[in-house]
Amino acid sequence: MEKRDFTITAETGIHARPATILVQAASKFASDVTLSYEGKSVNLKSIMGVMSLGVGQNANVTITASGDDEKEALDAVAETMKKEGLTD
Amino acid sequence: MSLLLNGLAASNGIAIAPAYLLVGSDLSVQKQHTNDKDHEVTRLHDSFAFSRQELRRIRDQAHERLGQRAATVVDTQLAMLGDPALFAMMRQKIMQSGVTAEWAVKRTADHYLTIFEKQNDNDYLQARGTAMRDVTKRLLSHLLAVELPDPQKLDHRAIIVAQNITPTDTAQFDRRYVAGLVTDTGGRTSHFTIMSRTLSLPVVVGTKTATAEIKNGDLLIVDGIHGKVLVRPTEDEVERYRLLAGKFAREQEAWGAVRNQQTISADGRHFEVAANVGTLADLEDARKNGAEGIGLLRTEFLYMNQSRLPSEEEQFRAYKQFVAGMNEKQVVARTLDVGGDKRLGMVPLPAEANPYLGFRAIRVGLARPEILRPQLRALLRASVYGRLAIMFPMVATLEEFHRARAILEEERTRLSTAGVPLAQDIELGMMLEIPAVAMMADVFAPEVDFFSIGSNDLVQYLFAADRGNPQVAYLYQELHPAVLRTVKRVIDAAHAEGKWVGMCGEMAGNPLAAPLLMGMGLDEFSMSSNRILQIRSLIKKLNTRQLQPLVHRALNARSATEVTDLVRSAVQDLAD
Repeated sequence: MEKRDFTITAETGIHARPATILVQAASKFASDVTLSYEGKSVNLKSIMGVMSLGVGQNANVTITASGDDEKEALDAVAETMKKEGLTD
Repeated sequence: MSLLLNGLAASNGIAIAPAYLLVGSDLSVQKQHTNDKDHEVTRLHDSFAFSRQELRRIRDQAHERLGQRAATVVDTQLAMLGDPALFAMMRQKIMQSGVTAEWAVKRTADHYLTIFEKQNDNDYLQARGTAMRDVTKRLLSHLLAVELPDPQKLDHRAIIVAQNITPTDTAQFDRRYVAGLVTDTGGRTSHFTIMSRTLSLPVVVGTKTATAEIKNGDLLIVDGIHGKVLVRPTEDEVERYRLLAGKFAREQEAWGAVRNQQTISADGRHFEVAANVGTLADLEDARKNGAEGIGLLRTEFLYMNQSRLPSEEEQFRAYKQFVAGMNEKQVVARTLDVGGDKRLGMVPLPAEANPYLGFRAIRVGLARPEILRPQLRALLRASVYGRLAIMFPMVATLEEFHRARAILEEERTRLSTAGVPLAQDIELGMMLEIPAVAMMADVFAPEVDFFSIGSNDLVQYLFAADRGNPQVAYLYQELHPAVLRTVKRVIDAAHAEGKWVGMCGEMAGNPLAAPLLMGMGLDEFSMSSNRILQIRSLIKKLNTRQLQPLVHRALNARSATEVTDLVRSAVQDLAD
């Protein structure tokens, strides 16, 4: 299992647009990918789950991936977060 | 008998076509039980399938017409419909409580909307809630077999009738089918009316009752020249308006003839007729209409729909396209003008009781130099690709201008020390929108290279009236002697110091104002591109010296109505 912590720096948090793009990125991989925030975990391939978490600015989140392509999945998600301006 | 609705003339032209109402149809649902749960699940399943099919089409069209960013808005809704968790929750409600698919959809949506609304995390424009509501509407429209109003579904020429229109709505219209627009609210300078003028669509706003009085398919005449809407017109009226539309089309053609000419008055004075632009599409329009320059480059587009500030590099690339795109013609870029009615997601500003009198434009730039500095660096770097000028918006005092100029000079020095090539002759000016500055114009004039009069805000501040509020919009009077005297004062003060004056508000493109502005010696008229040719052909016919008695009478008139009458009787072309 791959696991990484992130701090969301974007002022608007994970709002609709980056949530959509993150879900699209995670869904390309076979591994299970989860997003955890304040003790709650959701499937990062489920936009309803990601949106329900309400991740705002300065939130500390953890993303885990487990499966055959866990490393690639986590790298791709981290890359997308940076590209979308969610993290520094 | 036809019905006449009066509103504000917001975009020129005449259209005769059936109405297409862009208002929500009744999608209310009641709690109902079913005996055939499997049937309800099948119906739910079908509504998902149909909705996804529709959204894919909308997404592809948005992508083609507006690009990836606009398409992502639709992608969010597609991702929701493709999320097994959403379908599962709805199905569970049917299976457990035996309710109809409609009720399951509504309850599930309410569940999520409550969660989203509780999260007080400044989700920009409440985009999640909007997406959830849009998805719900679409599912319910299939379950209830009612049609959703959707400008993209239009497959025949029609006039759009709505309460109000968002910038996103305007961008989604297929121009081939939209003959005109009529709204209940909004003013002449709402975002969508400005946009409609670039698309040459006739628009009447502020009718108050259009959506209540007009039914889908009613024949309408939209007279965007006089601000009238005729509902279910008689044959005689249709005939009369066809003639008017013909006259308007001939005028348009005559204006086309001056496209590649310079704007020189009958007595040989050159006036610059320039364009206001805010996107690359606008730049294309400006070139098509023969703009002699860009009098206002709005830089806000770089900051819209973004989750973070645009980098210096991104800004540089964008400014370079505008500066290079005008082939050595001047491009006047305005630094970020946020605040007032322009809110941006990634520059959150505190809520204010009076945003128009509050923290906006250069006030934000001076307080947040981390926004202003990269923008100035990007502009300076773009200066070598053509003829760039820079102006600061909403300067109120000389001290503000000095502070902003000092920041610009620091960045200029920093860049040249680093060996970055910069143009030597970048003119630096300021927007003139605040009456206090007009009173002090003689003090500012030696310090600036030019003034650009932002007439929309100036008129608004002179009359203390919000142009977007239909109840006080009548006070927004561009032709009032108070405005003319203010403008005259500014022009005289600038000319005494050998500086030029432009105007980049709506007034610059108003044919009734043009003879007066010419007569007072305004040097540059900057406007929506679709107004350029009309104003140029008008200026070419007029003689500045012969206009002096008119200017004198207008400055001494008592009201805007008197001024309008004076102009109409003095200028043959403008006689109504």
